[in-house]
Amino acid sequence: MTTPAPTPAPAEAPAGPPRPAAARTTVELRNVSRWYGNVVAVNDVSMSIGPGVTGLLGPNGAGKSTILHMIAGFLAPSRGELTVAGGPSWRNPGVYDRLGLVPERDSVYAFLTGEQFVLASAKLHKLRNPAQATAEAIAMTEMAAAANRKISTYSKGMRQRIKVAAALVHNPEILLLDEPFNGMDPRQRLHMMDLLVRLGDQGRVILFSSHILEEVERLSGTIQVMVAGRLAASGDFREIRRLMTSRPHVFSVRSSDDRRLAAALMAQPDVAAVEMTGKGLSVRTTDYGTFTASIAALTRDQGIRLRELLPTDESLESVFSYLISN
Amino acid sequence: MFNSTVAAITLRATLGRRRALLFAVPPIVLIGLTIILRSSHAPSTSWPGQILGDFGFSVLVPLTALIIGTSVLGAEVDDGSIVHLLATPVSRLSVVLTKFTVAVVLAIMFTAIPELIAGLIAPGTGSKLAIALFVGAIVGSVIYSAVFVMCSALTTRAVAVGLLYVLVWEGLLANIIGGVRILSVGHYALGIANGIDRDPALGAGLSLDTAVVMGVLVTIGTLWLAVRRLSSFGISGDAAQ
Repeated sequence: MTTPAPTPAPAEAPAGPPRPAAARTTVELRNVSRWYGNVVAVNDVSMSIGPGVTGLLGPNGAGKSTILHMIAGFLAPSRGELTVAGGPSWRNPGVYDRLGLVPERDSVYAFLTGEQFVLASAKLHKLRNPAQATAEAIAMTEMAAAANRKISTYSKGMRQRIKVAAALVHNPEILLLDEPFNGMDPRQRLHMMDLLVRLGDQGRVILFSSHILEEVERLSGTIQVMVAGRLAASGDFREIRRLMTSRPHVFSVRSSDDRRLAAALMAQPDVAAVEMTGKGLSVRTTDYGTFTASIAALTRDQGIRLRELLPTDESLESVFSYLISN
Repeated sequence: MFNSTVAAITLRATLGRRRALLFAVPPIVLIGLTIILRSSHAPSTSWPGQILGDFGFSVLVPLTALIIGTSVLGAEVDDGSIVHLLATPVSRLSVVLTKFTVAVVLAIMFTAIPELIAGLIAPGTGSKLAIALFVGAIVGSVIYSAVFVMCSALTTRAVAVGLLYVLVWEGLLANIIGGVRILSVGHYALGIANGIDRDPALGAGLSLDTAVVMGVLVTIGTLWLAVRRLSSFGISGDAAQ
């Protein structure tokens, strides 16, 4: 797969080497808080986000969107200082020369074709060669085949990608994506992750939010974990991912022979307890990752047909609080 | 200042919605009514002034401008697609002025031109009344568009607020309490139409001078408010949902 050359810089950028050149481009939050009346949505958060892919993770209502919207210039911090590429983003439309935003809401101009939508974005950014920038952004997001169809005919994944194309058309150093994986099927999700990784490798600052840790498993880089308006953890993605998959977990399992499966499971080192319930088995494991990787092989070896495997404590708060306590 | 990309998207979005039927119907009704009345009434009656002046200026112009004025910006604010427009370096002033211009052009097409056509069809009015109605409706289109674009920027209930203004403030209060007319767009339009052709049916409560001065002030003031509001346009975060 070839990565197209970065799109031309906006008119006011100096001609010459294509961006992203500024390796030090960052998003900085210093003691940022945001409240709505008495409700504190973001509480004294400081973070610095540099080039590469960064995930902003946390359960719904943790303050991820509030942070993203503040960075994107669509919300003023109540307190603290927030800078994007060295300047404020609130009430500063000039920041959009360097920043692209992929909003969560699926509200695009659905009566336009994908190409018209991206081209409109290119023109709004006053690019020198909007048609070329459009073609490049569409190629980068692999939307060329569908570019002449109306957006109203697009699947969820395609809509997300065309929004990314529109946000990328002016070759921004910083790309913000609000819940880009929401509503995508696994294949679309992989596709989007690959795209984000590629964009991060080009030296851009890629910041996305997500409330499902599992859905970002293929991404490496940094993550910032938000819980209840505070920055709960931040660091290397693999490390946090490891903590996450080795946490204890309860699954509900249904199979063609629950009794025999229960016996086989009890013999597994990563299974702490098995309980027969009215509808099947309740299995407590000590290691999420090992268990989910091995149960298929186990049932196959035993000649048991696995009908259902559901994680039962998917309460995100429990996952995140586990992360924090470690 | 005028952004052709914003204009093109706005025009397509506004005309592409089913709402567009709402502002296409009243002008047809007005012209149809004029044709029917012309064939059924003696030429000497006073209905043209009543229908074209009263109905035209208290119903057709404000309601059509309301639907158009709230469509050009409000629909995008409601569904969030305005973000795609605002996350660009295009100035807020340019966004507001472009959308205002589109609204004015559409409102003139669907109010002032039908008024002119109906005024020319109507018997015994002479072209002077037709011109007065035409100019008055253009003035109404301009000022109402500014007011309703501002409403769309200020509140998500722009249609309801606009309807209250048109029906209660202008339709009711302005007819009972004379002082209310000083803040009534309908009376600015009537005042200017009346300045061109004095017709008892164009019962303006304001003098031409007052209408002109207030019309200019209200247009500039409301557009300024819309720009100001859009400059600090916020997406509510998770806590506010």
